[in-house]
Amino acid sequence: MEYILIIISAVFVHNIVLSQFLGICPFLGVSKRISTAVGMTGAVTFVLVLATIVTYLIQKNILDPFNIGYLQTISFILVIASLVQLVEIILKKVSPSLYQALGVFLPLITTNCAILGVAILTIQKDFNLMESVVFAIANALGFGLALVLFAGLREHLELIEIPKGLKGTPIALIVAGILAMAFMGFSGLV
Amino acid sequence: MVLTLFAVTLISATVLGFVHSLTKDAIEASKLKAQNEAIKSILPEFDSLGESWKAAPTEGGDSLTFFPAYDASKNLVGVAVKTYSKNGFSGLIELMVGFKPDGEISGYQVLEHKETPGLGSKAQAWFSNETKPKQNIIGKNPETTDMHVSKDGGQVDAITASTITSRAFLEAVRRAYDTYKNNLPAAEEEPAVSSEPESEGGES
Amino acid sequence: MNQMNNFTKGFFKENPIFVLLLGMCPTLGVTSSAINGLGMGLATTFVLVMANIVVSMVKNIIPEKVRIPSFIVIIAAFVTVVELLMQAYLPALFKSLGLFIPLIVVNCIVLGRAEAFASKNDVLSSAVDGASMGLGFSLALTMLGTIREFLGSGMMFGIKIFPEDYGMLLFVLAPGAFIALGYLIALINRIRKV
Repeated sequence: MEYILIIISAVFVHNIVLSQFLGICPFLGVSKRISTAVGMTGAVTFVLVLATIVTYLIQKNILDPFNIGYLQTISFILVIASLVQLVEIILKKVSPSLYQALGVFLPLITTNCAILGVAILTIQKDFNLMESVVFAIANALGFGLALVLFAGLREHLELIEIPKGLKGTPIALIVAGILAMAFMGFSGLV
Repeated sequence: MVLTLFAVTLISATVLGFVHSLTKDAIEASKLKAQNEAIKSILPEFDSLGESWKAAPTEGGDSLTFFPAYDASKNLVGVAVKTYSKNGFSGLIELMVGFKPDGEISGYQVLEHKETPGLGSKAQAWFSNETKPKQNIIGKNPETTDMHVSKDGGQVDAITASTITSRAFLEAVRRAYDTYKNNLPAAEEEPAVSSEPESEGGES
Repeated sequence: MNQMNNFTKGFFKENPIFVLLLGMCPTLGVTSSAINGLGMGLATTFVLVMANIVVSMVKNIIPEKVRIPSFIVIIAAFVTVVELLMQAYLPALFKSLGLFIPLIVVNCIVLGRAEAFASKNDVLSSAVDGASMGLGFSLALTMLGTIREFLGSGMMFGIKIFPEDYGMLLFVLAPGAFIALGYLIALINRIRKV
């Protein structure tokens, strides 16, 4: 039950992109085609879950016992950066097909604030390890949902005639705003 | 190569340790100051704060924190209770509620909430509006006033269009009062405190 | 290099938000009021300037392969400094900016300037570049914050202009952030092209 609540809350009510404003860069950057949106979601899910587990263990086993919580930001970002590199190397060797699908997105992920954001949120929310994993997966799902929905909308947007000044990013942002409004309808679910 | 990265990290960590030790006291002080200001704003005038203590509510859940306040002659003038409700529109709401020794509410302050922006300040003004006795809770005693929203048969009007937030707010107030009532003896361990929870006297 | 040009470019010609579209997360996340926008902007400016200075000082002793990780560590260190200082001396602002302070680390502007500018230029130019980009970022954030605060709650920098009950609360909430920024960029596009 607890887990279901975490999932509904993270996917719909507090959607990571549309209400927490994390991961906006890839949300605007790679949402022009549904296929790339799906690829990005795969890569983010992969790294997000791994990074959350590793940073959780670092927080509980190194930062907390030694009382050096102020090194949180620096250690988390180092872990995430090296993790992304590691995943890239391993994927290249182990599964070339998966690497081909996700590879181009991996370098972009280090500076995706969703990863660091979720890692820090997990600590702030005081989850245990299992809850953290569920939370990470749910957030990745929420990210994917927002991204794919948005990509679908943008594919149609390209075909519509709009004032010149609004073309490109401005209209994308306004559509994202309307999408966020739709997601507000979920509030109160949890 | 690895050595350089290691050196960069080491230097950064050392610098941070230094800054941390510089700011540690200031951070503690500012947290304490915020807390004391909240206590001051919700209790009748007092001279000194006693030792705070924690107690769990009768129905279980996280503990509440109590801050007793005394006047110059060490009489209890009120207790500030840090309380919460997890049933807000979007989760946790944290309040600080002040009680006079007879249980009358002397004030409250919303500490933290994740409701719609602006609702925190709205709740702050709504339940302390002296011109609207049906929504004002200041000066009322939860013993004699039913701290539920009027929709649920209580005696307090909910914030317009924010019934869920109002319910959660009042739940936090009730939780504070019930726990306060059950844990008052701990306050009386302090020197020369005479008041009973139900008695009229105590404050001057 | 002409330092004056170097300094002014961040405000309009290469404004990180309106033109380069970098650093969108804090832009949308913290601009529910003008003060929050300004606070976030200045915090980022501090990190940008300091990181640019340090990066351009150490650019020659850092091997090519660990360049990016080293830059990230340097940036993260300055972010933590800001975080600690703000927690100590501006606790109210610290509380309202919340998660977005540590997230300055992953703000693309900071790493972007360190990599694209500071690692190739001298210390003074890098410092000026950081200040220019940072202040341009602050300007954009403050503008967006002012617009959202005004439309949403009828206030400007906390000063009441019209009663809150007539405000469109939507602009303080998440959707309003997207919509306000969308129209603001459209407006800037229009001005730039004419």
